[in-house]
Amino acid sequence: MTRREIVALTLTGDHSVSELARRFPMSFAAVQKHVAVLERAGLVIKERQGREQRVRGNADALSEVHRLLDQLAAVWQGRIDRIGEILADPDPEDGKEQAHDRDRRPEEP
Amino acid sequence: MTVIDVQKNPEALTLTLTARFDAPPARVWQVWEDPRKLERWWGPPTYPATVVDHELKPGGAVTYFMTGPEGDKHHGWWRIRSVEAPYGLEFEDGFADDAGRPNPDMPTMSVRVRLAADGETSTVMTVESTFPTAEAMEQLVSMGMVEGITAAMGQIDALLADSAA
Repeated sequence: MTRREIVALTLTGDHSVSELARRFPMSFAAVQKHVAVLERAGLVIKERQGREQRVRGNADALSEVHRLLDQLAAVWQGRIDRIGEILADPDPEDGKEQAHDRDRRPEEP
Repeated sequence: MTVIDVQKNPEALTLTLTARFDAPPARVWQVWEDPRKLERWWGPPTYPATVVDHELKPGGAVTYFMTGPEGDKHHGWWRIRSVEAPYGLEFEDGFADDAGRPNPDMPTMSVRVRLAADGETSTVMTVESTFPTAEAMEQLVSMGMVEGITAAMGQIDALLADSAA
């Protein structure tokens, strides 16, 4: 995925959009679009230097995003465990779904 | 009931979790469709959720609040984008003010849920959460995280109390 490559590359040092366009098999406009998305997301920073726009990866933001994704994953792990418990529970309130399942399910050995 | 895959995609500000459940999609769908079931898993045990409105149709709203150990209430809402029972659901997930009104100053995240039959009796569920910006992610995750951290702190307190006894 090109956006990932753009972030990886600009974390090692800043690059102009035209340099990036030369590195990737795509047009200047296409690279510019990816950079704009990444800039809006806060993952790269664009700075004007003379006539050029330099792009550099925002290492702090990226490590923060990793940390947040880990935290969110932990929240969902908890939720998925609880869903598993609900599904393991032969709850009579399952109502017609449960009755339906029971009707369909072959005799247990 | 296992999480089988966690994909972090920081460049897209997306988290994708994949889990397998020993139940067919119609039954797994119930945990989303039935508000009483949704309440049992959305919030952690220390911050149980109470679902107020629950309208699973495009444009519909789900509103809820989570009640903390001090009786503190945290309101949230979903705006339903699409529903394809029992195979999927997409919604916008945000926080609300103390009266339960969506807070326009707070960013939202997009959640896409997919349920697929895995053989006769299992379901693979995929949940994809996407954030508009890294800053929005910081705000949303840290707010949503309050209860998780508090729960963990509670467990630490309990452990400390045990070892002191």
